[in-house]
Amino acid sequence: MNRKKLQKLTETLTKNCKHFNKFEVKCLINFFYNLVGDVTERQGVVIGLDRNAFRNILHVTFGMTDDMIMDRVFRGFDKDNDGCVSVSEWIVGLSLFLRGTLEEKMKYCFEVFDLNGDGFISKEEMFHMLKNSLLKQPSEEDPDEGIKDLVEITLKKMDHDHDGKLSFSDYEQAVREETLLLEAFGPCLPDPKSQMEFEAQVFKDPNEFNDM
Amino acid sequence: MGVALTRSAQWTAASYGAGTLAVTPLNEAIVKEIIMFVESFIYKHPQEAKYVFLEPLEWKTNLDPSAFKSGYVVSATTVKSEEVDKNGQPLLFLSVPQIKIRSFGQLSHLLYIARDTKLKEAQACIEANRNPIAKILGSDYNVMKEDSSILEILDKIAKDDDPESEIKMKIAILLKQLDLHLLNYSLKHISLEICLNPVTIKNDIELLKRFSGKGEQTVLESIEYTSDYEFSNGCRAPPWRQIHGEICYVLVKPHDVETLCITCSTEGVFLNGGKTHDEEEINYERKGAIYKDLFTFLKEKSAKFSENMSKQQTRVNEEQQKEKDQPHEAPKKEEADALRRATTGSGKNLLKNQINLGKNQMTKRLEPSLNWKTTVDSKDRKTLQRDTQEEKHGGKLEKSAPSVSPGRAHKSAEKIEEIVSESSSESEEDEEPPDHRQEANADLPSEYWQIQKLVKYLKGGNQTATVIALCSMKDFNLAQETCQLAIRDVGGLEVLINLLDTDEVKCKIGSLKILKEISHNPQIRRNIVDLGGLPIMVNILDSPHKSLKCLAAETIANVAKFKRARRAVRHHGGITKLVALLDCAQNATEPVQSSLYDERDVEVARCGAQALWSCSKSYANKEAIRKAGGIPLLARLLKTSHENMLIPVVGTLQECASEENYRAAIKAERIIENLVKNLNSENEQLQEHCAMAIYQCAEDEETRDLVRLHGGLKPLASLLNNTDNKKRLAAVTGAIWKCSISKENVTKFREYKAIETLVGLLTDQPEEVLVNVVGALGECCQEYENRVLVRKCGGIQPLVNLLVGINQALLVNVTKAVGACAVESESMMIIDRLDGVRLLWSLLKNPHPDVKASAAWALCPCIQNAKDAGEMVRSFVGGLELVVNLLKSDNKEVLASVCAAITNIAKDQENLAVITDHGVVPLLSKLANTNNDKLRRHLAEAISRCCMWGRNRVAFGEHKAVAPLVRYLKSNDTNVHRATAQALYQLSEDADNCITMHENSAVKLLLDMVGSPDQELQEAAAGCISNIRRLALATEKARYT
Repeated sequence: MNRKKLQKLTETLTKNCKHFNKFEVKCLINFFYNLVGDVTERQGVVIGLDRNAFRNILHVTFGMTDDMIMDRVFRGFDKDNDGCVSVSEWIVGLSLFLRGTLEEKMKYCFEVFDLNGDGFISKEEMFHMLKNSLLKQPSEEDPDEGIKDLVEITLKKMDHDHDGKLSFSDYEQAVREETLLLEAFGPCLPDPKSQMEFEAQVFKDPNEFNDM
Repeated sequence: MGVALTRSAQWTAASYGAGTLAVTPLNEAIVKEIIMFVESFIYKHPQEAKYVFLEPLEWKTNLDPSAFKSGYVVSATTVKSEEVDKNGQPLLFLSVPQIKIRSFGQLSHLLYIARDTKLKEAQACIEANRNPIAKILGSDYNVMKEDSSILEILDKIAKDDDPESEIKMKIAILLKQLDLHLLNYSLKHISLEICLNPVTIKNDIELLKRFSGKGEQTVLESIEYTSDYEFSNGCRAPPWRQIHGEICYVLVKPHDVETLCITCSTEGVFLNGGKTHDEEEINYERKGAIYKDLFTFLKEKSAKFSENMSKQQTRVNEEQQKEKDQPHEAPKKEEADALRRATTGSGKNLLKNQINLGKNQMTKRLEPSLNWKTTVDSKDRKTLQRDTQEEKHGGKLEKSAPSVSPGRAHKSAEKIEEIVSESSSESEEDEEPPDHRQEANADLPSEYWQIQKLVKYLKGGNQTATVIALCSMKDFNLAQETCQLAIRDVGGLEVLINLLDTDEVKCKIGSLKILKEISHNPQIRRNIVDLGGLPIMVNILDSPHKSLKCLAAETIANVAKFKRARRAVRHHGGITKLVALLDCAQNATEPVQSSLYDERDVEVARCGAQALWSCSKSYANKEAIRKAGGIPLLARLLKTSHENMLIPVVGTLQECASEENYRAAIKAERIIENLVKNLNSENEQLQEHCAMAIYQCAEDEETRDLVRLHGGLKPLASLLNNTDNKKRLAAVTGAIWKCSISKENVTKFREYKAIETLVGLLTDQPEEVLVNVVGALGECCQEYENRVLVRKCGGIQPLVNLLVGINQALLVNVTKAVGACAVESESMMIIDRLDGVRLLWSLLKNPHPDVKASAAWALCPCIQNAKDAGEMVRSFVGGLELVVNLLKSDNKEVLASVCAAITNIAKDQENLAVITDHGVVPLLSKLANTNNDKLRRHLAEAISRCCMWGRNRVAFGEHKAVAPLVRYLKSNDTNVHRATAQALYQLSEDADNCITMHENSAVKLLLDMVGSPDQELQEAAAGCISNIRRLALATEKARYT
């Protein structure tokens, strides 16, 4: 990719993204292409990170482990649902991922947790997401009992309209009361430590960048 | 033996089979007698010693088989004697631990073998064989003994002529003798205890006297001997009555009964015929029953007496408990000391209930001081207790730690040092709270089970589950003790603290949020410290996440409410980190929340200040804060306008202002200005802390001026008008007190009509307020106008009324204020009319030297300004003797004040004569060798006054007061010079004194004094020289003619 094109891409993406400055966008684009590898650009073929590559990044860079959640994060990034995160999806996604406001993050997280996309997080979905969250104790008769109880606890805490499922407004209210509940059903945002490491790695010294 | 054992020996309640002998001196004596009997048996009655018991005496022994030597067949666990009976059975058979013995000979041997433990063995034997005679001789002998007579025994011997039965009879008689002997012995013992003697009686009366007086709480109104004369044997009864065993007569006035006239005799205590009214004679005839001692008597006669004693019974236990808890506490207070002496002294002689009484009264006597609310005193007291508690802790820790490592040893030494250096302002908490764990299966609330479940998820869940559990736990009412303790009791604290050690920010936040809430509970605080939570939290203070810092600091603020925690914070470097949190104000315009876990810098600083506030209650932490550069940062934060921030900041400063270093720094950092500014705040707590800080700092003159210059006096004066918030009122009045030490400030206060308000506060206020109000008035009244003002506002009466208080700090201030008022003659008239002088005079008896001194100072203007002062002074019975005796004090301030009082008393010739009779001259002379200029001055004045009577001048010379006085002239204080020169002038009227002065080269010094600008000094010095010179001339003349 030539310099001019890159310049233009940077310009447009910077305009669309409120949380990164131009330099940061440049760095991220650069990083993206490093990840994608040296694929020559052809008409019609979308260049981007496929599901596996993306999950790999989530796992290695951001320390995520839950397959299901990672899938959901991928879906969150892949706005056009083409199975591949393009450069613009990458920038927009990361903008929220790293710098998003609480509102943006709530929206994003809710979408991640709403597995079937029906606008509610149901008991079943919760159970599904929490099923690996407790150490299985062989002594217990019903290994799922703890999970079920945990779901009940969560509902009690978050389901303000008592309809047995979480609407976005339920979720929003609960998170505003207690920010810790933002990622209530599993980590879908980078933890602060890996976020710092990532930013330090990507947004390197501008002089170094100019050499390229 | 049987009778003695059953009747006189004191058995413990024998509810389970065999009873045991109670441990009493009587029992011990009986057992000893029995041992003596048995031991000597083998020598005195060798024949009988071989007699084989019908049944063996059998008991559990502590003796080891190895102790048996020759004459025994010894194996590992058994011993047999070589001595056997007719059937070849051994007479002693020991199979550990049971021992069987069948002859007196073996018994004697055994006691010999047992040596040191023979008392125990004998006791065990007696306990196990409650009826030894039956076993030794057979039951018929035992029965016979019950209604025995020698005749019957002889009868029996006559009947059987079996040789063995003769021996049996002999033994029976021997035992009978022993029995009789024991009975006699124990009787002697018992009678020893019962008989009263003069010492016992005296102790009783002394004790009762100490705790008698006016008021509802005392046991008696008064108790007095009828005669002051005590014979050398301790009796006060006239000799012809002593013959009847009477010791003394006492007049007792209980609260609820008429005065009783009581005879104390060796037989007991009884009511006599009373004093006849016309003559000073006592009707010695007994009018009532004899009681075994004074206490039983009074209990019987006066309901109030026994009520007041039993009232305190419960308190006694607590007090005793406390005493036990604080074995190291040096009894600082004189009275406590005296009391303890009294109780231990009397305890020996008194019977049980009397000992109890002593203790009762001890609590009672201590009681008023427990109520002292003065800031200084109560705090001191509490620290004292706490120190010992802490010491206990230290001790415990040391014990558990191996004492081999030298590092440890060093540490513990350091610890002790710190304990000593801990500051005095830690008052609010620290008494170890009773640790009541919830009882298993008691009615547990549903929360308990829910919390238990959540803790299970905390333990066994991943990050997501943990966060959910933490959030859910937070929804419980964590301010409620059941929840707090439930979390602890199901092991939640450990998990919460462990979470702090992980990398999971969310878990840490959640955990801290809970810890922050539950650490309001004193027990939880201690548990957190015990579980090592503090070092982890201190580390979190370094975290990049501000919200974590905040939470950690807030939790530390809660936990560091007791000394051990504060020390832990410091030892782990927490103070430096907390001070670092304060450093935020540089970038006042910071970006809004850049991350979810960020707080505003101001918030961080606030939490830091909050934690420092808690920590600053220990002296070492104050130092650490200062060394970490905390003061400039606090000063900067003080400029902000957030009340939330200001309260902890001012709180910390106020706490630290107790240290000299801080006061200097506070002045240097221009903190006073901001403190004054915040006095105008709306927040009462903030006002309180600001006033408190000013109170602490205003010891310093410059600071007092600063307060005035920054306009702080007006808000202080106006805050006086709001009297609802007592804590704030105490702080404000304290600040006013200290500020009014400067005259300019007093003028301002008068302008703001603060003095009138202060007078209004003299009634119906708690003591901590009164102390300050009276202190302030005492300062204000140094000026004439204010004295008039106080009088016109009717302040004299309430001030005089306060003279009867017990709070020592208050008394010091009240006496000062009354003394200041007495300077003005119209006020003096009021004081005199209210009998204030008598009250002041009686405060000379106060145990505390500060009060004594202050009262004596206050008496000086009173004597000066009272009409007919001489007559007034004489009207106080025993007053002059009291004053003269105070010259024996070892407190310099008391001595100086008493000298000043004597100077004034001696102005009246008659009084001077009286105090001379009381030996004022030798006492003053004894004080002459002092270096204290204040004392020197007043002493010299007193000496100069006392010279005016009889041959006192000569007497001072004889008591060697002259030479030291000459040395006073070398002092740097002109006041001392003047007083000394006057004294020397007076003394120089006596020729011998002149010689002494001359020998001590007074002339040279006096010549210098003549050149002084002070006229009085000039005159006195010149007069003295002239006296010396005249003597010299006369001598010369005599020589040449």
